[in-house]
Amino acid sequence: MQRIYIFKRFERFWHWSQALLIVTMGVTGFEIHGTYHWLGYETAQSTHTTAAWFLIGLWVFAIFWHFTTGEWKQYIPTTENLLAMMRYYVTGIFTHAPHPFRQTQLTKHNPLQRLAYLFVKLLINPLIWISGLLYLYYPQWEALGLGWLHLGDVAMVHLFAAFLMVIFFIVHIYFATTGHTATSHIKAMITGYEEVDDGDREEDAKGAPSREPSV
Amino acid sequence: MIKVFKIAQGLWAGVPKVVLSGILVLTGAVALSAVTPCEVARASDDAAAQSTTMAKIKAISSTADHSKFEELKGPFATGPDVTKACLKCHTEAAKQVHKTKHWNWDVVNERSGQRLGKKNIINNFCGSVVSNEPRCTSCHIGYGWKDGKFDFAKQENVDCLVCHDGTSKYRKFPAGAGHPAYTPSEWPAKSGRFIQPLNLADIAQHVGPTSRRSCGMCHFLGGGGNAVKHGDLDVSLINPGRYLDVHMSPQKLNFTCSKCHGGEKHLVQGSRYTANAKDMSGIDVPGRTDGSRATCESCHGARPHPATANPKLNDHTDRVACQTCHIPEFARGGYPTKMWWDWSTAGKLTPDGKPLVIKNAKGEVIYNGMKGDFAWGANVVPEYRWFDGNVKFTLFGDKVTGDEVVPINKYGGSANDPNSRIWPFKVMRGKQAYDKGLQTLAVVHTFGADDSAYWTNFNWDKALTAGMEAVGATYSGKMGFVRTEMSWPITHMVAPKEDALACESCHSLNSRLKDVPGLYIPGRDRFGLLDTIAWTIAGLTLLGVLGHGALRYWMHRKEG
Repeated sequence: MQRIYIFKRFERFWHWSQALLIVTMGVTGFEIHGTYHWLGYETAQSTHTTAAWFLIGLWVFAIFWHFTTGEWKQYIPTTENLLAMMRYYVTGIFTHAPHPFRQTQLTKHNPLQRLAYLFVKLLINPLIWISGLLYLYYPQWEALGLGWLHLGDVAMVHLFAAFLMVIFFIVHIYFATTGHTATSHIKAMITGYEEVDDGDREEDAKGAPSREPSV
Repeated sequence: MIKVFKIAQGLWAGVPKVVLSGILVLTGAVALSAVTPCEVARASDDAAAQSTTMAKIKAISSTADHSKFEELKGPFATGPDVTKACLKCHTEAAKQVHKTKHWNWDVVNERSGQRLGKKNIINNFCGSVVSNEPRCTSCHIGYGWKDGKFDFAKQENVDCLVCHDGTSKYRKFPAGAGHPAYTPSEWPAKSGRFIQPLNLADIAQHVGPTSRRSCGMCHFLGGGGNAVKHGDLDVSLINPGRYLDVHMSPQKLNFTCSKCHGGEKHLVQGSRYTANAKDMSGIDVPGRTDGSRATCESCHGARPHPATANPKLNDHTDRVACQTCHIPEFARGGYPTKMWWDWSTAGKLTPDGKPLVIKNAKGEVIYNGMKGDFAWGANVVPEYRWFDGNVKFTLFGDKVTGDEVVPINKYGGSANDPNSRIWPFKVMRGKQAYDKGLQTLAVVHTFGADDSAYWTNFNWDKALTAGMEAVGATYSGKMGFVRTEMSWPITHMVAPKEDALACESCHSLNSRLKDVPGLYIPGRDRFGLLDTIAWTIAGLTLLGVLGHGALRYWMHRKEG
């Protein structure tokens, strides 16, 4: 077993602040929707909007970071090992079968993760942001030439995207427990170091210059 | 923490372009919180502090001391004698008054073409003015309108004192066709109580601008008594506390009615017949706008909430009238307003032949043999409807079958019309007489010393025969009672901002606006199917991962 530095400081900051903001938005958003009463409508609404702006800001910055660092390549979908990953989660994981994917700094995400995160970034997020901004700027629709829109439709799209996020969130939290131990992935997201099986594939290790001695 | 939110909220309120916003937030462009400030709101506190001073200035602001005028020394035998004296100096006043709604009670609604005004409509309180003039016209700004032959062109028929009395002593006799009592006069009839004649010369020498009281003596007592008719106008507004009306309270701005309902040449602005439901001209500036002041926007503009408030508030002004949030309830001044009047039960008398009167535990008259059953309401939550400023009345002659609830007036507007907003209304409901044969609302001769008046001998057929004759119709001989409702837009008794409605009042399942159609309101409206399906899928997903986890746990334990 060795520890490899996978997640850079910005990634970790981005991940956890995004997590906090998304949870905040979910909790306040569903209160605005009327699913329950907790903070009160006005607090929920103003918190939701404030968190949205922080999240948009963070998101804009993260896109900038991904392109300047080339990290966007982490999300290029691949079919290699995809079936193996699926087989692993359906059967292998129960019997301590070897993990079919080896994390490195160049390939942080397994093929399933790539697909899931790409789905979040290309579908859920844009859907939620665009519908959310339209929702927020509802009084300006006429001026923006969007007078043909209906608030109810926009709200429904926003809600639909929010539900996609909820489902992603449930699965995401669960998969965070599927590391070597139930908490190893979570620790990695905090410290940046992932525990990786000792492998004989030296070429992978080359991609990890900051690799630490194995424990 | 709250401060952080406020700053952040200010940020997004001030950013007009969606695209730029995200970046700007990150770069910390706090200075962008340049939301149009509400000058009025800020100025109001200063104005409150100055109100006492202003009152003093006002007292000496006139250039004329009427007590020094020889013409007003009196004595005056009648009201018209006073008016003649007034007109010696105010030569154009009566001619101006003759052109007003206050004088004619007769208005053509330019939008609908309907002939409205008190003289023409039938309401669901006392019914109609026609055939009942001497009682109803005690609120007319003239002298002597006791029947259809009143001379509307006679200048001395104008009652100057009723609006310009500065002594608070002037009062018309309730059944005097607009005249005050000139001799000791019994009221109510056979009560043994007498209204004494007034010192008209003293009142004439102390005339001044209109006041809340002088306007209120008619408008607060509409429908025959305090608070009966409007719900947002009653005698509590003569000296309202801050909580009751932030504009009129002497503790705040101390506005008189004419501060908003101003106008030149005795033409008073603001009308229920041709209401301005959505004022698009913004803050009124002389020479640049239409000069009318009787809307909230005249002073507060279309984006009235200051930068320190939740920026989302200003987004509501396109669809929600100011009154909707800022007048959370009507009849808040301690006097209940009439909500229900059922004429069909009228006529019960005591053994000695007097109308039966029943009061409830609160002292409210809930039955009067002259009028029927009543219900009253205090601190009433208004009903909410779309309103575009247009109103259509069910007038005498319009078809009424008795099978459905007749709208005495119907306000136009819908969610699809950008000129409509959601307004609060008092809805007065009741049952009133109609002519079954003619299929029209009935004109009932209610008041008078003659044999046919309903309140004289409680005979509906006689009362309808006389009433219908007064409007040139012939009673069919068959009458019934029809359910009616009449809506009154609520616009007075504006609460201080801390008492305005909270978001939940409308953004909730149990929303105040639950019956307002055509609009998606977050928190009120749901997507039942999407909610159900999506929560089901989310639940199944959760079950799936929990099952997967449990299996993992179990397999690993088995392996040891």
